[in-house]
Amino acid sequence: MSETQTVKEPTPPAKESQGSQVFREIMSGSAMISVLAVFVALVIGGILIAVTDPRVSASSGYFFADPGATLSAVWSAVSEAYGALWRGATYDPTARTWQGQLGIFETLTFATPLILSGLAVTLAFRAGLFNIGAQGQILLGATFAGIIGFQMQLPPVIHLLAVILAGAIGGAIWGGIAGFLKARTGAHEVIVTIMLNYIAVSLVLYLLKNQLKAPGSTNPISAQMHDTALFPLLLGPNFRLNAGFILAILAVIVVAWLLNRSTLGFEYRAIGANPKAARTAGMLVSRGYTTVMLISGALAGLAGVAQIAGTEKTLDSDIAGSIGFDAITVALLGRSKPWGTFFAALLFGAFKAGGTSMAVNADVSIDIVAVVQSLIVLFIAAPPLIRSIFRIKAVRREGASA
Amino acid sequence: MSVTANIKPSKAVDRVAIRSWKNPILLGVLALFAVVVFALLGPSGDATFRISQDSDVWQVPNLVLPTKVFGIVVALLCVGLAVTAYRQMKQEGRIAKWVTMAFAVVFVVGLLVWIIGGTKTQNITLVGLFTGAMLITTPLVFGSLSGVLCERSGVVNIAIEGQLLAGAFTAALVASITQNAFAGLLAAAVAGMLVSFLLAAFSIKYVVNQIIVGVVLNVLVSGLTGFLFEKIMKTKVDGVTIYNQPVHLPDLPIPFLSEIPILGPMLFRQSIIGYLMLILVAAIWFGLFRTRWGLRIRAVGEHPKAADTVGINVNRTRFLNVLAGGAIAGVGGAYFTLVAVSSFSKDMTGGLGFIALAALIFGRWNPIGAALAALLFGVAGNLQSILSLAGTPIDGQFLAMLPYALTILAVSGFVGKSRAPAADGEPYIKG
Repeated sequence: MSETQTVKEPTPPAKESQGSQVFREIMSGSAMISVLAVFVALVIGGILIAVTDPRVSASSGYFFADPGATLSAVWSAVSEAYGALWRGATYDPTARTWQGQLGIFETLTFATPLILSGLAVTLAFRAGLFNIGAQGQILLGATFAGIIGFQMQLPPVIHLLAVILAGAIGGAIWGGIAGFLKARTGAHEVIVTIMLNYIAVSLVLYLLKNQLKAPGSTNPISAQMHDTALFPLLLGPNFRLNAGFILAILAVIVVAWLLNRSTLGFEYRAIGANPKAARTAGMLVSRGYTTVMLISGALAGLAGVAQIAGTEKTLDSDIAGSIGFDAITVALLGRSKPWGTFFAALLFGAFKAGGTSMAVNADVSIDIVAVVQSLIVLFIAAPPLIRSIFRIKAVRREGASA
Repeated sequence: MSVTANIKPSKAVDRVAIRSWKNPILLGVLALFAVVVFALLGPSGDATFRISQDSDVWQVPNLVLPTKVFGIVVALLCVGLAVTAYRQMKQEGRIAKWVTMAFAVVFVVGLLVWIIGGTKTQNITLVGLFTGAMLITTPLVFGSLSGVLCERSGVVNIAIEGQLLAGAFTAALVASITQNAFAGLLAAAVAGMLVSFLLAAFSIKYVVNQIIVGVVLNVLVSGLTGFLFEKIMKTKVDGVTIYNQPVHLPDLPIPFLSEIPILGPMLFRQSIIGYLMLILVAAIWFGLFRTRWGLRIRAVGEHPKAADTVGINVNRTRFLNVLAGGAIAGVGGAYFTLVAVSSFSKDMTGGLGFIALAALIFGRWNPIGAALAALLFGVAGNLQSILSLAGTPIDGQFLAMLPYALTILAVSGFVGKSRAPAADGEPYIKG
């Protein structure tokens, strides 16, 4: 967001020294709010865990006789759950196998499609468009990638490149429809992308029941991708982490360059900030809407590639999981900045990796992760709320009210 | 003087600009489809529509239609209507409402006959089709009414899905604990209102983007109900899951009306939620378009500044409307667990909240339009599940796409003019 702010206010308050300015930014600015939002969300999640824990409810029966028992039950319930979450996402010395101890690589694996689809939402958001359709774009991307991946035979490296390209095209088509309709007819992209998500599921189910069904299978599942079409594993066969993660980092770098350094990115940001002004300045707003949704869709399509060529290896209608919707929360947590999105995706990847271990080791359903994630985004989206909870004063920005 | 002089030519320009060829083009394409598919490639044999059930008091004979001949008639009618639309657009710059409506009805009937004629058994029970559709239509109507109330006052409600889910969960839980279905119904309304309260508080008080709040609330409710489902509802007491055994609302057939063929079983053999639905559709339509209350709401949704100027409290109106919408959607959610199925399951609304959003848009932000759209989507959904076994000429997945595809056509202006309230989604900050 800092780029837009510098655009908005060419003369920052000059009286302060650079250092104290940075300090105040960190203490009361967006970064601090993000951290506090995560904290508050975890606290509320902890309350939920404690309230539903059987030990807590058992000891709360004699709360007034022995409040310490209740408090220690609360502490053990919450610390067990979050401890398991943390260990599952990073390093777990108690796990039985040494592969199982290194949850950090699972975190990176889960983060890969989140980074790519989060970038898709981020990019569209900066151009003022709300891409709720990452879900459908991932699905189409995975389908296109799959068609190349399990129905064609190509030489090793070329096959993977073709798979990546096909996935990007598939996503771009699905995103482009929404952008084109927005540009040509003014159809609201939120509605169109939501509807396209569901159409994508039906379309893929139809294909999986007919053309793409694995030979001999009765379920709507495709054949397995050829080995030449898969991302190489980065850490050997013991970990799922694959070259898709590198593709994701490359995508972050490219999108960061696109948004902050390129003419096209400047146009997108101008359109996002004020489409009328952008039009007056001679930019083709409708073309901008179409192209940004094409690129955004392509990025989400790459997330589909990361799924099918990285971890899933077969196509089914559920291959996008909840990634498309998580992508929205990732982009919001990352404050619509490429590297912000990257770190937000790492955090959510950690939640996913740790949530599984929490469900197994602490008997806390993984659904709590969705609760915490959505609370984080709610709090981040409403800075005044977090400020009022922690009594932080807003940084005064001259001219920022416009 | 100069003002009127300025306005007149611009109006003329507007009228020329309004002449849109999208509608005639779409009708033309559909008519062509009818000619090729219904008439030329139409299946032979008869399509049988069974109207009465064996237990009915009045027996109505089955409706038997020769598929091929009927397809040709439908195709001719479609072509005629498309030509009419084209000529009207050329001469008057607009298409009369009845042309589009008649086209839609003829096309849908033609489609239905073609589908049934193409199945192996070539017959379908209309009562089953429509009463089964009500299982989908009822929550859709409640969801889209919630959307109508919110969006007419200028708040986009993407959280319908969450409101339905919260209602379904709470109804199941409370009706299990109290062993009273009406307590469950009431609790569901309160749960829907709670979701709405968050939507209103964040989007109106903290001026967070309404779409963001809606999307996030859906995730929040899905996670919360999923978590509590695992933690509470799966808890067994003496080997039984007592917290997920909701008491059901009884069916209350209306003596005379429930014997009418098709309409009777469909509308007049329902639980109290079904009757509430009929009343609400009528009441909200009347309220919005015939009362001072409705005028105010629409003013707030179309031009909040003007409404504020004449003394309407914009944000309070919006807050109350969003809360009311939440209560309605909550009741719709209760339908899942108190009427349709026997217990709550994770994410049981399965995207119906988004179809409700589609129905709302396809019904042009009008309660009656939304209810009819919900009926259409319900029939399409039920037809899909009926036909999944019958070997149809059209894959069920394409029927499943229908609501979404129609909605995209509607918002991009191919099906009439679907226009949202002008200030829909825009926060109002006084000053």
